[in-house]
Amino acid sequence: MAAPKTLFDKIWESHLVEEHDDGTCLLYVDRHLVHEVTSPQAFEGLRTAGRAVRRPDATLAVVDHNVPTDPDRVHGIKDETSRVQIEAMLQNAEEFGIELYHVNDVRQGIVHIVGPEQGFTLPGTTIVCGDSHTSTHGAFGALAFGIGTSEVEHVLATQTLVQRRPKNMRIAVDGELGFGVTAKDVILAIIGEIGTAGGTGHVIEYAGDVIRALSMEGRMTICNMSIEAGARAGLIAPDETTFRYIQGRPKAPKAGAYEQAVAHWRTLPSDPGARYDIEVTLKAADIEPQVTWGTSPQDVVPISGRVPDPKAAESEEQRRAMEKALAYMALEPNTPMRDIQVDRVFLGSCTNGRIEDLRAAAKVIAGNKVASNVRAMVVPGSGLVKHQAEEEGLDQVFLNAGFEWREAGCSMCLGMNPDILQPGERCASTSNRNFEGRQGRGGRTHLLSPAMAAAAAVTGKLTDVRTLV
Amino acid sequence: MQPFTIHTGIAAPLDAVNVDTDAIIPKQHLKTIKRTGLGKALFEEWRYHHHGGENPDFVLNHPRFREASILITGANFGCGSSREHAPWALLDYGIRCVIAPSFADIFHNNCFNNGILPVILPQEEVDALKREAHEAPDPTFTVDLHRKVIVRPMGNRELAFEIDDHGRGRLLEGLDHVGLTMVKAQQIDSFESKHRLSQPWLHPAG
Repeated sequence: MAAPKTLFDKIWESHLVEEHDDGTCLLYVDRHLVHEVTSPQAFEGLRTAGRAVRRPDATLAVVDHNVPTDPDRVHGIKDETSRVQIEAMLQNAEEFGIELYHVNDVRQGIVHIVGPEQGFTLPGTTIVCGDSHTSTHGAFGALAFGIGTSEVEHVLATQTLVQRRPKNMRIAVDGELGFGVTAKDVILAIIGEIGTAGGTGHVIEYAGDVIRALSMEGRMTICNMSIEAGARAGLIAPDETTFRYIQGRPKAPKAGAYEQAVAHWRTLPSDPGARYDIEVTLKAADIEPQVTWGTSPQDVVPISGRVPDPKAAESEEQRRAMEKALAYMALEPNTPMRDIQVDRVFLGSCTNGRIEDLRAAAKVIAGNKVASNVRAMVVPGSGLVKHQAEEEGLDQVFLNAGFEWREAGCSMCLGMNPDILQPGERCASTSNRNFEGRQGRGGRTHLLSPAMAAAAAVTGKLTDVRTLV
Repeated sequence: MQPFTIHTGIAAPLDAVNVDTDAIIPKQHLKTIKRTGLGKALFEEWRYHHHGGENPDFVLNHPRFREASILITGANFGCGSSREHAPWALLDYGIRCVIAPSFADIFHNNCFNNGILPVILPQEEVDALKREAHEAPDPTFTVDLHRKVIVRPMGNRELAFEIDDHGRGRLLEGLDHVGLTMVKAQQIDSFESKHRLSQPWLHPAG
């Protein structure tokens, strides 16, 4: 009998075009997502060499990173450099025959929200994109990872990538999540546990009762932040939840092909006894709502906790890193997290810009007002998410409370468009990175879940959402 | 791509762990549609004060390290975003080699596509090299990829490093990786035909 295989092993081995003695592999790519920021130099490379895109049908482009979220954007983008970059994307899509969703298309949105929404993301596939949060698509049992622009060019031209085989890591979250604890809290707790380089060189398969019970939205939140744990990709075995999500989506297999596809997808989950290089287990009962205090996603504590003291650091290097982070964040050691006031609240991003995220936040907001010291905004992950939320009346809940209700895009997650923090401003953010300057030079980011962000908007400070609902 | 064979230059010690790609090149510079010109914005938020002017405390602003072409730094260098603008900015500034205890995966791959040599060494050896960059009368190091050694300024002592043969070969020859794979069009065609039979829903009809 063949050795038991992991979900990762199965996908990897079924996409090998070539394997060399030195360990390098030529891996076939099923799906390629493209956006305006990391692709212009790749298309320029093709043009210079007189090369075509090998599979335009397997390539999908959106504009998301630098687009404004002001409704006025359909009349043209004011920022000159953004406009030039977006025009380059439109022209490249046209010239190379690639489908593109522009800002006037309801399907436009953040690339990692659009792919699943359109049924472009499918189990058992290899998916790449010039964006590190491509790991999001692993929620469907697809091997999905971020690549650089030179690799984007390589995939456009050859539909393959030269890669070395990563290792297998399994993280199980057992038990049942407590009241008010969400997928975002789970992944932040995982990163706190293994560290921001804990997954380097590995593909993480998430498993256990908690993961099985999550919706596709929650699973995407988990896989999305695999990169913040240093992993090459995150994976979750496809199951009935996955199939239900996919069925009927525009680019999903149609009747006939769909049944054939599901039969194949059912063979993907890891075999009993499959071997992992690293295994980690967390107990759901130990996970509280989480919030970051520093400038790395691993700088995370439960909301009931305090800002850590560098004096307790394990090494000199760690102490210096903590002191630097605290100085940047303007926080004193041992301050209760619940005493930290915020100026801004950002609800959105490829981590938490899906319909379920907006629903969770709206539930906390309903009947409340945004605190007078806070400016809060909602940026839906896609035009379709925005439309759905409006159908459900969520936009009115946010607007009545004093939130801004904006158009889809990456927005303040990385601050490439006009939505940025001012120096010194403190933000409760549902995004994925709290790096120095990430949301605007001198801006201070606290990562948390949509429900926790909503709670912070209402009280004006970091708050345990469980005390509000 | 410029090959990397033997490089001699000043090494700057950048004392930080988990240096992310947002720190290497901030987002406002990602709107370029070119690969060049990013060097002036390398480490921008550390290198310059908020309201303009250089921060004299940042290592690359020390007269001793201003002309650096080698960076010696902490673990997990290049974590965060996949932006290849990070190695482009390093290269445009003149950095050809980064020495660290570990690198984030995507950044590590990106280096090999841009003629930048990432050298992984144990923490103690990286620390020793950092000290030497500070203490040597002249912090000029030589990195020899043919022999896989770093020649240190004090006493010309050599320090060996390991690197995988494939990556080393590509850097030594400076090869166009797209061109190399294009040669394999037949293998890709034949894989695609098999793949279409096993998972037809992933391919256009007919």
